[in-house]
Amino acid sequence: MGENGAGKTTLAKQLNGLLKPSLGRVTVDGDDTTKKSVAQLSRKVGIVFQNPDHLLFSETVKEEVGFALKNFGFEPGVTVKQVERTLEALDLAHYADTSPFLLSGGERKRVALAAVLAWEPDYLILDEPTIGQDYQQKERLRNFILQLNSQGKAVVMVTHDVEFVAECNPKVVLMSKGRIVAQGQADEILSDDGLIEKASLVKPQMAKLFSQLGDFGLPRDVVDVHRAKMLLEEKLSEVKVRVAQSS
Amino acid sequence: MLVIGIIVPSLLFTNIYLLVGLLLVQVPLLLVGRVTRRWVQSLRAGVFLSALIFVVNFFTGPLANAVALTLRFLLLMTTFSFFFMTTSPDDLGLAIDKVGFIRWLSRRWLGYPNALSFTFTTAVRLVPTMAVDAQTVVDAQRSRGLELDKGNLLKRVRNYIPILIPLLLIAIRRSLELAEALEARGFPGKEGRTSLFELRFKLVDYALLGISLAGIVLSFWVFFHYRVPTI
Repeated sequence: MGENGAGKTTLAKQLNGLLKPSLGRVTVDGDDTTKKSVAQLSRKVGIVFQNPDHLLFSETVKEEVGFALKNFGFEPGVTVKQVERTLEALDLAHYADTSPFLLSGGERKRVALAAVLAWEPDYLILDEPTIGQDYQQKERLRNFILQLNSQGKAVVMVTHDVEFVAECNPKVVLMSKGRIVAQGQADEILSDDGLIEKASLVKPQMAKLFSQLGDFGLPRDVVDVHRAKMLLEEKLSEVKVRVAQSS
Repeated sequence: MLVIGIIVPSLLFTNIYLLVGLLLVQVPLLLVGRVTRRWVQSLRAGVFLSALIFVVNFFTGPLANAVALTLRFLLLMTTFSFFFMTTSPDDLGLAIDKVGFIRWLSRRWLGYPNALSFTFTTAVRLVPTMAVDAQTVVDAQRSRGLELDKGNLLKRVRNYIPILIPLLLIAIRRSLELAEALEARGFPGKEGRTSLFELRFKLVDYALLGISLAGIVLSFWVFFHYRVPTI
């Protein structure tokens, strides 16, 4: 996360070799990115770009999703199966034979995601995936990310959507003006006033609430609703016991 | 006008001294315009072509001729890049808008006096935007395993389809959005629109115009009455 122009996308492009380091070294699984082609690296590191209009070109959604598999030299049979599976997982199966250009903005964004997920890269990089998605789709995306995570795949997300991040509570790397300014768990980073301001973000609602509840002996580094609920319930029952004792 | 004033004599004559002189005249102007670095960049891009011109002419004619033609190419490039590096498209649009003939033509042809100059400004402005888009599209498709410089000639041409289709669609979509935005702001408005920045001819402009015109007339006169040697 970080303000506009902090270098988030530039960093993402380093990871599959679209940009090569002018200083220092970038390695993916021990391989120097300067020694591998973009196609070789992309097989491992899938990047989903922000604007789906920059990559959609096929006549049908099915072909669009299969395009990369063809480039990577998958067997036709495997390609068809992978495409079907990916479309199913992203709730796009009924659009398989539709032109991607007839879909709505949010759907096009999901097709772009499917086009990368189809070859099952080990590392998935999502550039602003939540823009233009309604709440349900965001929920779906979150579950999807958690599922990929449990399969042992790393998901890197570039985003400004603090609430979305707060609910996942992942490791957060905060960037500002081309440098990493902080990294740590989301609840530490997103409840830190100084850091939040530096990266031009806004605190998640729960963090705002809990920064004002500090006087009641509650921790300040709460960002997700579930933990907030648990803490408040504890406090409430404590108070109830005290009221019962005093009367 | 100065641009034409430099180009006409450089196309009419192949005298090396004259070409070098015209090139040198522009150096202080480039310095004043603070575009020397970008000028050097555009020269660097033209190195290959000027080398080609030199080699071809070297083998087909005398050395002096080759030098002169290469110099002429560099001079043309410098002049044009000088013009476009120091004149913003907005200023150019405003200037075109002042030309009575273009306003008349535009009114006759498109119904509005400003339409033609606006079209020109938009076209010029779109080039850098499209270049950025093209880069993003290339990045996105390369991330999907597309290798542009792979395969035989036919395959290579076909490799560009996944780049051209998104680029075209983005351009079309953008033009529709632009049209909507224009209509929402009441374009083209009424006759007699005023502009925030007024371009006015200063004394320097008249002087430059005079010198350029004189130069052009002189060039033509010399061209038709004398034979100027290459060196």
